[in-house]
Amino acid sequence: MVKFLVRRLATIAPTLFFVSILIFGLQQLLPGDPAMILAGEERDPTVIAHLHQKLHLDEPLPVRYLYWASGVLKGDLGESVRIQRPVLDLVAEKLPVTLELAFLAMLIALVVGITAGIVSAVARDTIWDYTANVLALWGLSTPNFWLGIMLILLFSVTLGWLPASGYVSPFVDLRANLAAMIMPAFVLGNSIAAVLMRHMRSAMLQVLGADYVRTARAKGLEERVVVLKHALRNALTPVITLGALEFGTLLSGAVLTEQVFTIPGFGKLIVDAVFNRDYAVVQGVVLCTATAYISLNLLADLAYFLVNPRLRDSQA
Amino acid sequence: MTTAAIVSPPGPLSPGRRAIKRLTRRRAAMAALGVIAGFALLALLAPAIAPYDPLATSWSAVRKAPNAAHWFGTDEIGRDVLSRVIWGTRASLLAGVVSVSISLAFGMPIGLLAGYAGGWLDALISRITDAMLACPFLILAIALAAFLGPSLTNAMIAIGVSATPVFIRLTRAQVLQVKVEDYIEAARAVGNSPLRIMWRHILPNIVPPLIVQTTLAIAAAIIAEAALSFLGLGQQPPAPSWGSMLNTAKNYIDSAPWMAVWPGMSIFLLVLSFNLLGDGLRDAFDPRQR
Repeated sequence: MVKFLVRRLATIAPTLFFVSILIFGLQQLLPGDPAMILAGEERDPTVIAHLHQKLHLDEPLPVRYLYWASGVLKGDLGESVRIQRPVLDLVAEKLPVTLELAFLAMLIALVVGITAGIVSAVARDTIWDYTANVLALWGLSTPNFWLGIMLILLFSVTLGWLPASGYVSPFVDLRANLAAMIMPAFVLGNSIAAVLMRHMRSAMLQVLGADYVRTARAKGLEERVVVLKHALRNALTPVITLGALEFGTLLSGAVLTEQVFTIPGFGKLIVDAVFNRDYAVVQGVVLCTATAYISLNLLADLAYFLVNPRLRDSQA
Repeated sequence: MTTAAIVSPPGPLSPGRRAIKRLTRRRAAMAALGVIAGFALLALLAPAIAPYDPLATSWSAVRKAPNAAHWFGTDEIGRDVLSRVIWGTRASLLAGVVSVSISLAFGMPIGLLAGYAGGWLDALISRITDAMLACPFLILAIALAAFLGPSLTNAMIAIGVSATPVFIRLTRAQVLQVKVEDYIEAARAVGNSPLRIMWRHILPNIVPPLIVQTTLAIAAAIIAEAALSFLGLGQQPPAPSWGSMLNTAKNYIDSAPWMAVWPGMSIFLLVLSFNLLGDGLRDAFDPRQR
């Protein structure tokens, strides 16, 4: 276990290094003097001078990178030019909203995707299988921002059942929170459900053809027991791990979903930052997202390692 | 001598031809190909087909519901939605094809090099690829588009660069599988240069999965371009694009829902077609995967 962890951490370190170079490099794409652009539309000479000093713009590029990276390691992701607050504070403030949205979306994706995948595999080449496949294809092909608009049209404008936009904290009013989050969560979970359904179907088909499943059937076990107890347990592990890797899709989707439903989360933070030319915030959000993705990847690998006895034994 | 003995049996089909034959038997994939061809024609013939100038405003026809004069209705400044949808096809198809060409142009040679060379070069390329993959696709594209500046060209570059690591990884994995084959060993033994081996012997054998990935990546790039335009980072107004049309439409969803229906439906149909074609190609190249 320790050996496995050390080996994984050893691959993560260079990845994080290159992520930092990539994100630092984004700033170099700005044409001309970065301080002029980072200073915003006012272009206050005091701010420009301050930025020159703060970003060490007169130093060579590698030195600037070292200053920036050491700041990041101390938790200094820079300061929002627009709001005049540390980027880390802004991220910490918006993150819980996006995490709630992501959690609800993943819940919907897991329930719908896994159930549809099992049904599709068990009833292979039947109308259920075709329906599940068509729905998965629909989920993969529908742009989530359009689906969001269409759901607002149906459930908010036409039926008046759900609010079209806005966010209420669950600690203030749980009912209002769920009413506001159910549509965005469905929109966000929709495409991930489609991906999970496809993986679940193929994992189940593979497992259902295995010898031990045939043995279980030969013993006269009920089909329900064979599928849910013997096959599902083995098919589920790689699918759950893959689910963790869908985190990136979840965050990408959150940017658009939060924009459609006006949810003040992480995604809206990056879009607002882009339009306010608040580049430190853009860099900070990308860095936090990438770090979270790498950490989740590591956790998924560890979980897979822990639940897979063959892998565990081979590494022992 | 019997007739059967005279007529020689047809020679075995090449793997490529067999795949094409299998693909033509898949009705969904062929229908998808037809839809894509239809959209491509719309894009090419937009000036001749579109009933109105996509930029022409008419204050007497603001937010008119679909009618005989304007089949898809009009938008908030009286522009014909059908004409804008037809012209918007250009931006979407162009973004899909150009972005994926960028990814392929960089991803394939880099992946070939990493897989074939191995060692420190492979390790370096793999870590850089991991780093790019760690940044979610759209977030990286948004960040790149933000720093490059909003325009359709920059959006295509941003999408292309963001999708490149997928092609690097896929090509590398395929090369690792192929390079241990006997015929590669034989090519090496007769003195072929590494460049020739990669280009003439490995590449032709890894094309099928790359074709499948290209098709699926075009679908993803079309959605990404629409997403960037929806956020205001792609095609700039007043030029028509499905994503920017949806961005405007969301503000009029209660009074003019048709403004949102048609561009969204077009994205869905085109992306669905590329996904269906990709699935069909995958089954055609490797029927065991089904």
